[in-house]
Amino acid sequence: MCPQNIVGVSRQNTVAVHTSELQLHDKVTPLTPTKAKAALSNEDIMRYSRQLLLPELGVQGQLNLSKTSVLIVGCGGLGCPLAQYLAAAGIGRLGLLDYDEVELSNLHRQVLHGEENRGQAKALSAATAVKRLNSTVECIPYHLQLSPENALQLIQQYPAANVSSTYNVPTRYLVNDACVLSGKPLVSASALRMEGQLTVYNYRGGPCYRCLYPVPPPQETVTNCSDGGVLGVVPGIMGCFQALEVLKIASGRGSSCGQQLVMFDAQDARFRSIKLRPKQAGCAVCGENPSVTQLADYEAFCGAAATDKCRKLNLLSRDQRITVQDYKSIIDNAEPHLLLDVRPLVEVDICRLPFSLNIPLSSLEERKSEQIQLLQERVSQLKQQMAGDLYVICKLGNDSQKAVQVMEKMIGSEVDSITLKDICGGLMAWAGKIDPTFPQY
Amino acid sequence: TLTSRLSKCHKHHTLQIELSLFILSSGGAELLFDGVKKHHVTLPSQSEPWDVKQLLVWIQRNLLKERPELFVQGDTVRPGILVLINDADWELMGELDYRLQDQDNVVFISTLHGG
Repeated sequence: MCPQNIVGVSRQNTVAVHTSELQLHDKVTPLTPTKAKAALSNEDIMRYSRQLLLPELGVQGQLNLSKTSVLIVGCGGLGCPLAQYLAAAGIGRLGLLDYDEVELSNLHRQVLHGEENRGQAKALSAATAVKRLNSTVECIPYHLQLSPENALQLIQQYPAANVSSTYNVPTRYLVNDACVLSGKPLVSASALRMEGQLTVYNYRGGPCYRCLYPVPPPQETVTNCSDGGVLGVVPGIMGCFQALEVLKIASGRGSSCGQQLVMFDAQDARFRSIKLRPKQAGCAVCGENPSVTQLADYEAFCGAAATDKCRKLNLLSRDQRITVQDYKSIIDNAEPHLLLDVRPLVEVDICRLPFSLNIPLSSLEERKSEQIQLLQERVSQLKQQMAGDLYVICKLGNDSQKAVQVMEKMIGSEVDSITLKDICGGLMAWAGKIDPTFPQY
Repeated sequence: TLTSRLSKCHKHHTLQIELSLFILSSGGAELLFDGVKKHHVTLPSQSEPWDVKQLLVWIQRNLLKERPELFVQGDTVRPGILVLINDADWELMGELDYRLQDQDNVVFISTLHGG
């Protein structure tokens, strides 16, 4: 699934060279402070020589990196390249947080995980890969979900700067507020489809996430990777971009994205840098009279769950829905019916039930006359058989319910005198419970 | 066409001419515009200067394909959409009261939530 990242960069702590086994943490525990490194070893000099040659980094910058602790929340499409480049560059300590396990559908973009890591905690898989790259980086894998209860305690252990790449809305506000309350910058990025965005929030007097977005968006306008899709290299580019900004902050150069939004359009191969508003005096968390002084219930604030799993809608009454098992027996009994698949064409190309009629939900919503006519023709054919219902299916059983509602409103059309039902759980339930050979995506 | 626009202005005894704007939507906001990201639009001449508030109304009537409530709430854009005018956050430009100039770039970005 799409994970998200926070990176807390600490320059108070030092590198601890850990060669011990990686231990997966399921809760936040106090970290032992580490001692500062006085000078680079010969091995350090050789390993980092190509970047030591840069006047922008130099020995002092490298020593600063080695003193830095970074917390990455989410070891996915952004977190993987971020962790990889930070470790390669010689960051001191990496906290790697993710509540999820590695799935096959992650591998096209979450490039630290391999086929053999399927089912493993992402945090552990990422930490193992990072350790293989640079054993001098201390890695602390956390297999847990960031929450109002643990966020401050965790982020405070990675003091100085924060980088975040985020997906779900409640977690974005949670991370932002935790960073503001503990006084840490937040380097935030996100990627979807063929686009990426990056900003450093709460940095050197600049705006925080709430300054830009005081009110959460309506949940129906939020799309995640498993719904909207994403080309793997796009979060890869944005995760590398985050690593760049962390390295600039950690080495002492500073980030120039503090009051700036960088937009990346992968289709046009174009970056745009946008000057953002300054810190807002009226901001609820970083303003002059903040109303948010501790972490609260972000799911209630946003009206959304702090997860990137798809939510399940319940728009229809029970008698308007059937299970995939019910539908299987309708097929087995050769009952006359019409199966309407309302997924977008790009998904129908991936897989479909061969006897389904495909009309995307968007075409129904827009009342596209050609498609509606086709639907009416098929419905009147069905009526000639004197029986049969219209069943609506999609990937997971959300859009199919919306489609039933849209068609119910088509009063006066052929559709309004037929029984409409939605198939619960959609094609993925069909694949899971009825036909294991049907592809899942 | 400039001449014809100017002659129109003379008829109205004002310096106001038609406004040519580049409107870009991204981050998913383009889905409200039928998936089209780039729009080159011409706003008709009017006696008062065009401001962003009026532009939002014009866009709703002329460009939006579906569900205007996902674009505007009240007289402003809905939460989660950032408006940029000539590559700057509209908050720096006066938001709804900004007076549009010919050839201005107006961008509507929806925040991304993926990774």
